[in-house]
Amino acid sequence: MANVASTTASAGSELTARALREAVFSGLITLGLFVLFVGLKSDQNIRNELILTQRWGLLAIFVIVAMVGRFLMVAYAQPWLAQRKAAKAAAPEVAKEETFFSRNFSKIAILALVLYPPVIVALVGVQGSLKWVDNFGVQILIYVMLAWGLNIVVGLAGLLDLGYVAFYAVGAYSYALLSSYFGLSFWVLLPVAGILAACWGVVLGFPVLRLRGDYLAIVTLAFGEIIRLVLINWTEVTKGTFGVSGIAKATLFGIKFDASKDGFAALMGLPISSAYYKIFLFYLILGLALLTAFVTIRLRRMPVGRAWEALREDEIACRSLGINTTTTKLTAFATGAMFGGFAGSFFAVRQGFVSPESFVFLESAVILAIVVLGGMGSLTGIFVAAVVMIGGTEILRELTFLKMIFGPNFTPELYRMLIFGLAMVVVMVWKPRGFVGSREPTAFLRERKAVSGSFTKEGHG
Amino acid sequence: MVIETTTMTKDPILKVEHLSMRFGGLMAINDFSFEAARGEITALIGPNGAGKTTVFNCITGFYKPTMGMITMKQKSGDEFLLERLPDFEITKRAKVARTFQNIRMFSGMTVLENLLVAQHNKLMQASGYTVLGLLGFPTYRQAAKDSTELARHWLEKASLIDRADDPAGDLPYGAQRRLEIARAMCTGPELLCLDEPAAGLNPRESHALNDLLQSIRAETGTSILLIEHDMSVVMEISDHVVVLEYGQKISDGNPDFVKNDPRVIAAYLGVEDEEVEEVIEQIEEIEGEHGGTKQ
Amino acid sequence: MEYFIQQLVNGLTLGSIYGMIAIGYTMVYGIIGMINFAHGDIFMLGGFAALIVFLLLTTFMAGVPVVLALLLMMIVGMLTAALWNWTIERVAYRPLRGSFRLAPLITAIGMSIVLSNFIQVTQGPRNKPIPPLVSSVYELFGITVSLKQIVIVVITAVLLSVFWYIVNRTPLGRAQRATEQDSKMAALLGVDVDRTISVTFIMGAALAAVAGTMYLMYYGVVVFTDGFAPGVKAFTAAVLGGIGSLPGAVLGGLLIGLIESLWSAYFTIDYKDVATFSILAIVLIFKPSGILGRPEVEKV
Repeated sequence: MANVASTTASAGSELTARALREAVFSGLITLGLFVLFVGLKSDQNIRNELILTQRWGLLAIFVIVAMVGRFLMVAYAQPWLAQRKAAKAAAPEVAKEETFFSRNFSKIAILALVLYPPVIVALVGVQGSLKWVDNFGVQILIYVMLAWGLNIVVGLAGLLDLGYVAFYAVGAYSYALLSSYFGLSFWVLLPVAGILAACWGVVLGFPVLRLRGDYLAIVTLAFGEIIRLVLINWTEVTKGTFGVSGIAKATLFGIKFDASKDGFAALMGLPISSAYYKIFLFYLILGLALLTAFVTIRLRRMPVGRAWEALREDEIACRSLGINTTTTKLTAFATGAMFGGFAGSFFAVRQGFVSPESFVFLESAVILAIVVLGGMGSLTGIFVAAVVMIGGTEILRELTFLKMIFGPNFTPELYRMLIFGLAMVVVMVWKPRGFVGSREPTAFLRERKAVSGSFTKEGHG
Repeated sequence: MVIETTTMTKDPILKVEHLSMRFGGLMAINDFSFEAARGEITALIGPNGAGKTTVFNCITGFYKPTMGMITMKQKSGDEFLLERLPDFEITKRAKVARTFQNIRMFSGMTVLENLLVAQHNKLMQASGYTVLGLLGFPTYRQAAKDSTELARHWLEKASLIDRADDPAGDLPYGAQRRLEIARAMCTGPELLCLDEPAAGLNPRESHALNDLLQSIRAETGTSILLIEHDMSVVMEISDHVVVLEYGQKISDGNPDFVKNDPRVIAAYLGVEDEEVEEVIEQIEEIEGEHGGTKQ
Repeated sequence: MEYFIQQLVNGLTLGSIYGMIAIGYTMVYGIIGMINFAHGDIFMLGGFAALIVFLLLTTFMAGVPVVLALLLMMIVGMLTAALWNWTIERVAYRPLRGSFRLAPLITAIGMSIVLSNFIQVTQGPRNKPIPPLVSSVYELFGITVSLKQIVIVVITAVLLSVFWYIVNRTPLGRAQRATEQDSKMAALLGVDVDRTISVTFIMGAALAAVAGTMYLMYYGVVVFTDGFAPGVKAFTAAVLGGIGSLPGAVLGGLLIGLIESLWSAYFTIDYKDVATFSILAIVLIFKPSGILGRPEVEKV
């Protein structure tokens, strides 16, 4: 008995010693990483010369947090996790009962989205709903739609595309330019923008068909940048970095959303507010996103959708089965691009202003990150990822109470992308296959069983 | 030195004439000709590195031969020059299907889905190149049902029906081999090319494979061309054997003829010509023993 | 003619910087087959480290000889960037090794976002100009060559020779090449693969930091977004030269530098990046293995 106690005691002290060692090591690493960038700050003085500000206290906080964190991690969190894992392994596998919620997740989610604007209006009033419907609702749904569109290319066909934002730009500029030069309406230009983007998808897709994996990623990145640079430099048409402004708003069956006599508010007998237009936009993007989802689900059960997935799994086997991989890839590019184009023209109509600034590489990276974080191919996973990543970073703007902790100069927005990047890394390390790693089969003989993520491939082309 | 022992086949489905394939300075296939008869099982054998898979890749369009002509003659009388067709059209139009030495499965898709992918072209037409299908036209629904039935038929043949809804990557090796053959059959081929179908199989699985191939031929009349190392498979099921060494044909005939061809024995065992007689005797002795223990 | 040679000199300088960054891309790609998207930001980080060292020196030790100042900037920059890259590899790439191939690409993009925003948050979003460090200029046959150009080209040449020696003549280099060919086999033969990969990241980061210091010295300004464009161009250089090949990376860097300066000189400066990206696309489409790379054979 005493023996056992002494061994656990010595194991405990050994653990503490190791934790201390690791804590000191992490502290040193943290010191090395941050000493120049946190400890010192380069600032401009009034004569515009660079001077150094010293922030050793902040640096000390960083180091202490790292040391304490590492100590707690090694001494307590890791043994606890190992214990839990062992307990889990020992306990018999309990089949997870599908709850009503998880079975009907998509229906509940759609219902919740449809009810979102009226609920918000009821809660915070018409004027107060502006922020919630626009910043959260519309903003998130745009990314949901873009990610669902890109999912066709990356998640289904396995073609790594880092320049997806180019099609978004094509859609946005198609609407912006055609409506301001020719005065065409949104409803006419929406399909036009989609078709133009799809054409660009084919044009850009054609030369890169032979490329695989990372090379494809880089060429698509290059194409995305080329389109952005052309938008910047072709000033006669695109007005360059100034962008196109004063883009016409969308109408609901010809009813305008403005303060005029026959505007929406006046016709409905409602007080004039820009919130109605935002709510209209919310339903518009919701409809477009659901269209994307519907088409994706339908296409997956079609030969072309199956061919996309087969292409992701094994291109050579596809060719041996008589599948024309060239057209299959091009249709994937074109379909994905088309939804990007739709989203783009929606973006233009929502902002009323487009400039090349909105179509930088970072946007492509964010969209791709949402697709991969969600779990490639899974519409539900991607939706969740978009809500978490975009909603999460949007919420930072709202955290004004942080000012009380960190002082009045603290602006949470500054940390938006920093936290976004960190979240990308953390989620990926935690769940390399994304939130939903399994794949839903498109056909079955007896029962539909999800295919575990360990069998699916991510494509190489 | 090339020996001309080509037996003129009555109704060849596939004619390979003067095929040569060069990789840089290496002549992988040198002036190789043979014919595969309709409705027969033709085996292409040879030591490692003889160029068998290269011949296959030329026939199925994955390589473009340096020289030569490959003619596929369908039942209807239509002829296709395979060396001029892109790989996917060889399956689609000329109706030549193939399997691979290293199994190429759509491992993340279910067994059934694998077989549905193989019916792509048929379904593509039925779905009006996706447009009609997207709009929910009944022609596609009927075609989808038919294709599931065809898949079910081949799953039963390949005794995979119980695993139809499992991911293909989850199947054991032998089942994956059978699935690959079933998948190739779902393209509706007239000529089925199998690249070492018995590689890595245990005797029981290899026996099941023989049965599957025999029944494919008997029921569909599909001609089979196979590369094989496993002599028990080759000798048992093939009607016609072609032997390749260093990219050249060294023997061509029925299994018995080839088995006793001193050149083949020399190629496989690497012995001097004088010793060949001796070796043949030894082999016959061994075979006698095996035949006794087998059944 | 003189104008042309002048542009050649400028292109050579720029190309040296790109080449030094490109080596980091090419080595990491060679050894673990991933595009280290954060590498461009490591370069920017190195530049910022050099900037802060420079400010430290001017604030606390005015009158330090320029050579010593440059040397200190370079060394501290190398150490800091190496430590960052080592940590990033440990935290964000190593746990994902051997899993889903897109995962490390996403964490690399995530790290790139983290690094540039980290610098933005801690150092502010504005341009950081410094007074010229080295300002001597020489006139040779009508061509202006500045001392800083000479410094850049010489330092590049020296570092590349050192690198070439390490990779081709030392046990460390042998371990790197073995891991590149087949990391499982290398591990079986007693190569510490984890350590070799860490060292590769450290070496790449050190070179990127030197490039960052040179960039700061050459242009006299650095800003937190500076990782992206030079990063992509350096990657283009690595691909152009043949990814995985060290001489290829340098050759590619020089070519990109030359193309950029000649394009700006003779055509329009607006489209100089379009030219670079178009070249990237064209090379990848028609000769994906690059100038000095080994072609990839598709096995059926």
